[in-house]
Amino acid sequence: MSGFFKSSIGRKYAMALSALFLMFFLLQHFAINVLSVFSPNAFNEASHFMGTFWAVQYLLQPILIFGVMYHFIMGFILEFKNRQARVVKYAKNNGAANSSWMSRNMIYSGLAILGFLVLHFIDFWLPEINTKYIQGDMSGLLADGEGFRYYEELTHKFVNPIRVGAYVLAFVFLSLHLMHGFSSAFQSSGVSSMRKQKLQAFGKAYAIIIPLGFIFIALFHHFNH
Amino acid sequence: MNLTLKIWRQKDAQSKGKMVDYKVTEISEHMSFLEMMDVLNEQLINSGEEPVAFDHDCREGICGMCSMFINGEAHGPDRGVTTCQLHMRMFKDGDTITIEPFRAKAFPVLKDLVVDRGAFDRIQHAGGYISVNTSGNTQDANAIPISKHAADEAMDAATCIGCGACVASCKNSSAMLFVGAKVSQYALLPQGQVEAVDRVKNMVAQMDLEGFGNCTNTGACEVECPKGISLENIARMNREFLAANIKG
Repeated sequence: MSGFFKSSIGRKYAMALSALFLMFFLLQHFAINVLSVFSPNAFNEASHFMGTFWAVQYLLQPILIFGVMYHFIMGFILEFKNRQARVVKYAKNNGAANSSWMSRNMIYSGLAILGFLVLHFIDFWLPEINTKYIQGDMSGLLADGEGFRYYEELTHKFVNPIRVGAYVLAFVFLSLHLMHGFSSAFQSSGVSSMRKQKLQAFGKAYAIIIPLGFIFIALFHHFNH
Repeated sequence: MNLTLKIWRQKDAQSKGKMVDYKVTEISEHMSFLEMMDVLNEQLINSGEEPVAFDHDCREGICGMCSMFINGEAHGPDRGVTTCQLHMRMFKDGDTITIEPFRAKAFPVLKDLVVDRGAFDRIQHAGGYISVNTSGNTQDANAIPISKHAADEAMDAATCIGCGACVASCKNSSAMLFVGAKVSQYALLPQGQVEAVDRVKNMVAQMDLEGFGNCTNTGACEVECPKGISLENIARMNREFLAANIKG
């Protein structure tokens, strides 16, 4: 298997596996975030569990960071290599005649998502790491000690309309990325077309519902703060 | 009909090429695209100019030699046909048609619209075959039970004529539809099982060595393939490749 991940197909598998893992993570992230709309207490409880449970923090979080980094870095490497495979470009190339916009522009939707992740890390992840691992406050409580801080922090972030706009735009790009990425991950994994046809409908629903759900959460907190 | 042609002209593999405009008149809608190119070349020869070099052989859509990229699509705007089976009825009087060679680093331009598709031959040499004892005691292939479904799928894969439209259409210049078809046509049949592990590993290694890009599943290859080779062949090749690497 040593040469497997150096081959073009091995890299396809690796990209697909990291994509499937990230899509599963996104589903889990959405499931917790949507609690903030219906029950701030449930959202606080779930957030505190995810933020303090050792297996999530020390096992799943490093795997997630590796998965995100691998997916982006390998995506850029493959894009670079693919561009090298055609030195002279066509004077006229009618890509729309044979493929979707989403499939041809994964690198750009991916770059938009990367930009969003930088903002998202600055907004949530870095302050969380600072509070827990630099200041050493693992309590998850507000400064006054009256209840958990997670819901307050979330709603506070969605006050600024520019940030909300950036989040909405990023989720549109995420939807476009998933529109192609979901079925592409299964195709790369060697799933046969018979099974893929059934998965495609599910994938389209996933690519619309999950980003739309995140947009709803951002707008809900913006207008209800 | 009267047409303006924008054609890639390149003296040889070393020279830099450029797009050159030509006018052709009184083109019949019943002509094939290659016949229209013949008219242009006759015109060029009569005026003492160098005719446009392009690949062609059977002109029946079987051999896979013709290889033009017409108005932004491999083999032009029609579906399920090679350039020789593309007819001028697909165009309108006064149209401007852009004609380019198949573009890929692995398909270097030799002259004008002629490209070297030897990379496909080298991939085939790496494993696109089965070894059969022909010393007189050859087993009758018809005596080997093969399901109708497998036979049909293998035949569908085997219809690939290796024209290279998949590479030309792919935004990444990937050859995975071609290699997937060649791997599949043997992987589906009992005769192909003996060399299955080495075949897929060697063919994929050669494909990577030739400098083709990586497949990102846009599906452009399947749409532009004159023989309708399915993306399922790429998925099968991926499965075969994974299984071969696990087996060692």
